[in-house]
Amino acid sequence: MSATVVGKAEVERPEPGPNYLTNGQTIASWLLTKDHKRIAMLYLISISVFFAIGGFAASLIRAELISPRGVMLESETYNRVFSLHGIVMVFFFLVPSIPATLGNFLVPMMVGARDLAFPRLNLLSWYIYVAGGILMILAMCMGGVDTGWTFYTPYSSLYSNSQVTLAVFAAFLAGFSSIFTGVNFIVTIHRMRAPGMTWFRLPLFVWAHYATSVIIILGTPVVAITLLMLFGERVLKLGFFSPELGGDPVLFQHLFWFYSHPAVYIMILPGMGVISELITCFSRRRIFGYEFVAFSTLAIAGLGFLVWGHHLFVSGQSMYQGMVFSIITFLVGVPSAIKVFNWATTIYKGSVRLQTPMLYALGFIGLFLIGGLTGLYLASMATDIMLTDTYFVVAHFHFVMVGGAVMAMMGGLHFWWPKITGRMYPDNWGKLSAAIIFIGFNLTFLPQFVVGYLGMPRRYHYYFLWPEFQPYHLLSTAGATVLAVGYLLPVCYLMWSLKYGKKAGDNPWGAKGLEWQTSSPPPTENFPVVPVVTEEAYNYDPELAEKEETLADKLEHGLEAKEDEK
Amino acid sequence: MAAGATQVEHGHEHPEGVFHQFENIDQQNESYIVGMWTFLVTEVMFFGPLFLAYILYRWQFQEYFWRTHKLLNIWLGGANTLILLFSSFTMAMGVHFAMKKDSRRQIAFLGITALCGVAFLVIKLAFEWPSKFAHHLYPGPNFAWPPHDGYDQATLALLRDVPSGAAEMFFSLYFGITGLHGIHVLVGVLCIGTIIVMKFLKFPQVEPYIPTEMVGLYWHFVDLVWIFLYPLFYLMPR
Repeated sequence: MSATVVGKAEVERPEPGPNYLTNGQTIASWLLTKDHKRIAMLYLISISVFFAIGGFAASLIRAELISPRGVMLESETYNRVFSLHGIVMVFFFLVPSIPATLGNFLVPMMVGARDLAFPRLNLLSWYIYVAGGILMILAMCMGGVDTGWTFYTPYSSLYSNSQVTLAVFAAFLAGFSSIFTGVNFIVTIHRMRAPGMTWFRLPLFVWAHYATSVIIILGTPVVAITLLMLFGERVLKLGFFSPELGGDPVLFQHLFWFYSHPAVYIMILPGMGVISELITCFSRRRIFGYEFVAFSTLAIAGLGFLVWGHHLFVSGQSMYQGMVFSIITFLVGVPSAIKVFNWATTIYKGSVRLQTPMLYALGFIGLFLIGGLTGLYLASMATDIMLTDTYFVVAHFHFVMVGGAVMAMMGGLHFWWPKITGRMYPDNWGKLSAAIIFIGFNLTFLPQFVVGYLGMPRRYHYYFLWPEFQPYHLLSTAGATVLAVGYLLPVCYLMWSLKYGKKAGDNPWGAKGLEWQTSSPPPTENFPVVPVVTEEAYNYDPELAEKEETLADKLEHGLEAKEDEK
Repeated sequence: MAAGATQVEHGHEHPEGVFHQFENIDQQNESYIVGMWTFLVTEVMFFGPLFLAYILYRWQFQEYFWRTHKLLNIWLGGANTLILLFSSFTMAMGVHFAMKKDSRRQIAFLGITALCGVAFLVIKLAFEWPSKFAHHLYPGPNFAWPPHDGYDQATLALLRDVPSGAAEMFFSLYFGITGLHGIHVLVGVLCIGTIIVMKFLKFPQVEPYIPTEMVGLYWHFVDLVWIFLYPLFYLMPR
């Protein structure tokens, strides 16, 4: 098989030095590392902790809603639990999830660089993230926040008797950590590409991270200053948003959603980048319409800044303003559909292998499709008036955020796990967990569409006036339990694989891309020699691939050659 | 199947002062400057919402904002404007001499720039703001409106009909925006100070103009913000 990078290195590779995991064994060597791969691992551990915290809050919410009168939480406690779930999942899990872990690990490798442009800034971004995270945990331990993750004024600034100040400051810090990551990616992709790596040879994963970084540097400062203004209003009584102090609360909503709508593209675009890598590798075909996928990424990033008003349809903004925002929101459907069609067309006549990452990718496409299409109901003002603040909205954004971003995160983690750790995980367990997650997810959130359509409001902790909603909530809670099993399984077998997994070799999937040209785990400098790129991305040959048998294929067919012994 | 591509050997033959992730000093310098400009984009977006709030509320309270702005001291604000404009010039000279590798003059001009920044903060924090505090003109429960003394009769007469909420909003914006700007000036002074100290300690630098140029870009940005703030708050037309 030809390689994207071609050269003598295939034959006479210099003696491999220590890889990034073995290069320095002390704790200090991890905490003071400037290696983007190690920082990615630090991020992976910390976002997993926050995913667990947010997931625990979610399970409390689902348990509470089993009965129409509630099961165990006071109203006040319930408000704090769902706020915690939202704040932790958005600011401390979803925003940094793929960019700070897989992106941090892979962007420099995919462009053929030895590291990001600013390694110290990269480490600083992790420390700021951790500081914000500790403040958030502190706020949680001191009583939590009851404003919801949106911190709407004037409730948050003047009335809420909870740890809003601390939580807002924590989110502010998390914002700066993502700004630093964004600046780093932009400079790296602009200035550090290897010889021959032109813009249109970049993997779509890198395009997705470029677009994400643009959103981060244009959007995140806005929410940072907005939270700072909220902070000023709460602490110093600078009345920017509260009517009592002469301000306008809708200004807060405009500023908040100016970031927070693009922020959902910060969460989903890197996921789309991951899916483009997975679909091409496991179909063994060049992506259909590379330029269209690349530009649709930028189009989503651009249009994403012009649609925030659809969160304010019922806030009293002008109807004509609402119409413009509604139309532009519908337009976002076009580049999103381009991506889905191109992925589907890529699979067509490919040499498809249904290994674990591909299952996640296929799951992503289906769930993202439902999440995206239900978004159109919310983009239309007439239907949104009925559906706003119901479980329909909750189900819609969970389909995009969990069914989209988290599925992509899991798929990407399974795809690059052999590269990151040098070990294969058991593929059958991987497939099983992918199936459990897919089933559990649908069981959790499909009933929420129905119950939301029937009128169940979000953020209510009981519904005894409508006991007929109980079956839907029961199904949803049952699904959440299945989902929890699906998320715990990978933790077990991935940990197991660290010690007992088969040695992965350089390229167990037969994938293209510079990151597969170096050893697994990669050396600290990523490449023994600077790669020179002579081919387009995804230069797969599906016909040759029919006969090819990669390590993953051998493991799948139980024909483990004794090669891994030697 | 393309073959025969060349390879660049990577050892540790980097020139001193080039970090290992960069190929050469040019790539490193370019990266730092691109990074700084990217950071300045985030700074523009950071100040943006405050200007948006200013536009919204000035639109809402046009007449009242105009009357209230008479309370600001146009001369102190003007002095601060001149100081910052002058410091922009000295900063530019500092960068110029950094590029010429003339350390002595570089440090001298950077020192003047830092002193200008300090002078700006002293005027702001020791003269302007305390006079506002003395008259209880800061938003919050102790906001005293309208003021009864300390200003000439014509001004006081103008202010009599201004609702407390509008005046409070004016001062919220004034303290909020100039306060955030003041923090940026302070950060700038600290950065310039760091460069000067590193120069004195002979901290190893291969291309000493890069840090100076980066701080210079930042300093010009801070100046630019003030050039917008001064007319917006002190020189309102009727």
